[in-house]
Amino acid sequence: MNAKLAVSLWRGAQNGRYETYRVPQRSSQTVLDVVTFVQRHIDPTLSYRFACRVGVCGSCAMTVNGRPRWTCRTHVAKVAAGGKLEIGPLANLPVIKDLATDMQPFFEKWQRAKGAFAPTKTRHDAIAAIEPDTPARRAADAAIECINCGVCYAACDTVRWNADYLGPAALTRAWTLINDERDGGNIARLQAIAGAGGCHACHSHRSCQELCPQALNPTAAIAGLKRRTAAAYLKGEIKL
Amino acid sequence: MIGRAVKHRDSALWIAAMVHRISGLALAIFLPFHFLTLGLAIEGEARLESFLRWSDQPSVKAAEIGLVFLFTVHLFGGLRILVIENFGWRDGQKQLAALAAALSALVAFAFLMRVF
Amino acid sequence: MNVRLYVWQRATAAVMAPLVMVHIAVIFYATRHGMSAVDILARTNGSIAWAAFYGLFVLAVSIHASIGVRNILNEWTPLPERRVDACAVFFGLVLAVLGLRAVAAVVLP
Repeated sequence: MNAKLAVSLWRGAQNGRYETYRVPQRSSQTVLDVVTFVQRHIDPTLSYRFACRVGVCGSCAMTVNGRPRWTCRTHVAKVAAGGKLEIGPLANLPVIKDLATDMQPFFEKWQRAKGAFAPTKTRHDAIAAIEPDTPARRAADAAIECINCGVCYAACDTVRWNADYLGPAALTRAWTLINDERDGGNIARLQAIAGAGGCHACHSHRSCQELCPQALNPTAAIAGLKRRTAAAYLKGEIKL
Repeated sequence: MIGRAVKHRDSALWIAAMVHRISGLALAIFLPFHFLTLGLAIEGEARLESFLRWSDQPSVKAAEIGLVFLFTVHLFGGLRILVIENFGWRDGQKQLAALAAALSALVAFAFLMRVF
Repeated sequence: MNVRLYVWQRATAAVMAPLVMVHIAVIFYATRHGMSAVDILARTNGSIAWAAFYGLFVLAVSIHASIGVRNILNEWTPLPERRVDACAVFFGLVLAVLGLRAVAAVVLP
């Protein structure tokens, strides 16, 4: 096959431009293959991120033809209409260089949402027996497989419009911990997500759910958080 | 700045959310005028009556049909949000959103039949 | 948006859902019967029921719409937070004052 793809890649930092490269088209080619080809054979100064190449780490997320996706799991044939591809860094995050973004704001919001487990036992206590089929555990399990790839954060309009908004991933993690009966930090956590930029900023657009490569549902998790924070507020357990 | 419209905005539910917001904004702008009109009754019923006659024009009636649509679509969109947020997650959201839009159109159409 | 505004926003929405449906029915009834100002005012004048219904509606919508407008201003304009809050409160007051005035206009004989 001598066909070539016209691939536009973002070059530069926040202020940059798209540059077009011609990449040989192959069958069963992923977008990551295309980016790698450019860096290895055309322009070694291209910066991008990847790790596992097989869809388990989430490092290779980029904006492909306007949508945030895992490039190693995106087949070119599925997205390159008319042999054209436009690849940019993930949206809503500062650009370090070319296709690599600074994930720090994403993880800072994770911390701000109190997405860390607050233990209540020590190693000297008996191991907690958690039933897998209680409603709370099922809710936590449905949301637990997040690998922090940032796709939902890049897809979210509210993240784009509201600099304070903690974002779908951070809130989904908070939801799993709120449903974890071993966790002792719930009042502080509900307090952390009840202010400006908390779960109530979500407008249920569901872009996060639509694009999550792990098929998670942050909108549902956030709906649960809205109920919990409202109940806690009305009971006086948290204050604004 | 990387300015590029994000493609997934053709999702039915994204559109539903945007319609909900825009209809709310339009109603919010309309409301003060609505209240001022009704307040004309303070000056006596003749004043209100002359306004009601003015509003019999087809163009005004057409605008009113639009308002009824906005009103209904905002109501149904809001009910959808209340369901999402207060009841267990259910699939079939797209169908619900489409249903909401269809019902609103129906109500607006019924209004159209009444005034013309 | 925070938990307090959220609770008020959703609560007023829930309160208004049935009020809106009645209002639509009223609109349909009035247009169907080609009611004139005299007809309408004859029904509403001196009516405690209409005063209570529309009075509640006005108060609920003043709160609901001003919170909604606040969200839009925060997310779609570059205005600072304090300015946005002030605008939202002002808008809510405008709606409440004009609305209650309108209710008075049609209810007071």
